[in-house]
Amino acid sequence: MVDDVTSPPPSRRGVAVERLHTHRLVLALASAGFLVLDLYGGGHGLMALLLILLLIASAALLPSAGGRENKVRRSEVQGHTMATLSAGHLAAAVQDPLYIFDKSGAVLYANDAAANAFGATAPGTSLQLKFRAPEMHDFIEHVLSDGEGPLSVEYTERVPLERAYRVSTMPIGEAPGLFVLLFKDQSETRRIDRMRADFIANASHELRTPLASVAGFIETLRGPARDDAKARENFLQIMENQTARMARLIDDLLSLSRLEMKAYGKPTERVDLHDLLEGVAESLSHQAQEAGVTIERDLPEGPFEVAGNRDELVQVFENLLENACKYGSSGGRVLVSAAAEATGEKAVTITDFGPGIPEEHLPRITERFYRVDVETSRAQKGTGLGLSIVKHILTRHDARLSVKSRLGEGSSFTVHFPPLSR
Amino acid sequence: MQNEHIMRTFDEELRSLTNQIGRMGGYAERMVDQAVAALVSGDTDLARKVVADDVYLDEREREIGEKAVVIIAKRQPMAGDLREIVGAIRISGDLERIGDLGKNIAKRTPAVAETRQAARLFRGVSTLSDLALTQLKDVLDAYASRSAEKIGRTRDSDEEIDAVYTSLFRELLTYMMEDPRNITACTHLVFCAKNLERIGDHATNIAETVYHIITGETMPPERPKEDRSHAVVAAPPGDDTGKI
Repeated sequence: MVDDVTSPPPSRRGVAVERLHTHRLVLALASAGFLVLDLYGGGHGLMALLLILLLIASAALLPSAGGRENKVRRSEVQGHTMATLSAGHLAAAVQDPLYIFDKSGAVLYANDAAANAFGATAPGTSLQLKFRAPEMHDFIEHVLSDGEGPLSVEYTERVPLERAYRVSTMPIGEAPGLFVLLFKDQSETRRIDRMRADFIANASHELRTPLASVAGFIETLRGPARDDAKARENFLQIMENQTARMARLIDDLLSLSRLEMKAYGKPTERVDLHDLLEGVAESLSHQAQEAGVTIERDLPEGPFEVAGNRDELVQVFENLLENACKYGSSGGRVLVSAAAEATGEKAVTITDFGPGIPEEHLPRITERFYRVDVETSRAQKGTGLGLSIVKHILTRHDARLSVKSRLGEGSSFTVHFPPLSR
Repeated sequence: MQNEHIMRTFDEELRSLTNQIGRMGGYAERMVDQAVAALVSGDTDLARKVVADDVYLDEREREIGEKAVVIIAKRQPMAGDLREIVGAIRISGDLERIGDLGKNIAKRTPAVAETRQAARLFRGVSTLSDLALTQLKDVLDAYASRSAEKIGRTRDSDEEIDAVYTSLFRELLTYMMEDPRNITACTHLVFCAKNLERIGDHATNIAETVYHIITGETMPPERPKEDRSHAVVAAPPGDDTGKI
């Protein structure tokens, strides 16, 4: 909207020059604003520089296009609409979650990034109700009571996904009454620290068993079994299996940690599950054959779209289908089906006809390293992380996993995707 | 003019009341989170802090109660406003109870930490606490945004919490049978799990209150479930069915 102002009517040069004069001020103010916002938010000014360049470029290019309408308006009126409109557009253009609130703490405006990160907030929602963490509460209260205090505060959320933000606020304009609250995502840096600690804790615990077994066999090979060719071959085979297991474990741990490290944001890309499921079933057909399982498909005709990240969804269905082939192999077949539900949700179900999962384990199978039966899991080269990865990805997609199982009849894992928005 | 002014201060009073609920909610969420963190990591200092924090919630509850009574006496509110105020009293009661349950978990930390336990013992408790906290957060978010849509979901998650609790109960029982030295810690953990399960129940109570505030109607009654741990029996030693 700044553009409108910087486009003088081509016919009146005198007015144009005069206007440009005032607009230069506006331009400079807007540029400074961008710079402050960006630097304040922890950026390096690069984003601001880009925005400023864009601003100047559009200001220079627009006169010929937008000139005619502007002729009619009076400059004061024009200045006024510019001010109000530019605030909204500016806030909407900010990539980080941003709220504008009044001195009672009521939200006047939340940009798209805020709605994406914290859910929709109707105008008038109280900030202190929305962000309840004690330090956040103190911070907002302090700002509202006009006190001099810290300009930013750390805000963390632990459930449903761990996120950390640096939150800053400042009054808008000279007359106090409106404030802006800006969230800068810090999750990545914090998670790298956590990931290190978590990884070491999990890895050391889970790697200890195979490592001990390998060490034991090395000892035996050096000692009593030194000259026994048959035993040697046997032991080396076990050692190979154990090292392979450690490798898989490390892969899974890394993949989970990487997922947890990603900045939060619902995936918006559209993915056709029809093709994706065909592809996954195709890639696992060899493994299924080995397990003596046929993969049956019952997919609707035509595209079956959900919002999501393709690679992550491939991982979800690979894990689920692999599990079905592994643990349900006694059923001889695995069914992949997809259907739209009455609620508008889209559901993909993977059903096996194996031994089923005892009821008491059902609620907990997505826990890290939770195994229904340790022996079977080890024999099937499970790491105890597959379903945690699935669950984590689905939480990011705002999707749910539901599991049904009957002993002796089989299990079905259903992924429910929310309806496509718009 | 006069009238408008009166209305505005009334609105302000209501707003400050609900903001106090937000504050209590934030505190309760934090207390439960820290209590479980202290339990899992064996951090007795953090546990002591949580125990001390509970006083704050007790005070706030009393304050909200008094404030609400004053508003009712002075303004004689009707319909939506009255629901709002009575709802605030109820919610603050539930939040105070949640704080108590969090405190109780924190109190058990030293006893559990005394004998260092294997990490596997705590995994289930962490899962349960994540579920309970998510539910509490959803409910309080619904209160903040005044949307009844998501409230229906809290019932499902309450069922999930009960299911996890029952499963965890069984698991802890198995550990106790495996090794009698686990009994002290596991008994405390069973109580912690029960506390978390009850936090979920209080969150459901709050959900019902919030639903009432927003819609003016009571939530349709349908709560058959309940946890089924009362039916769980320990499998005799040597029986494989209890193996985890």
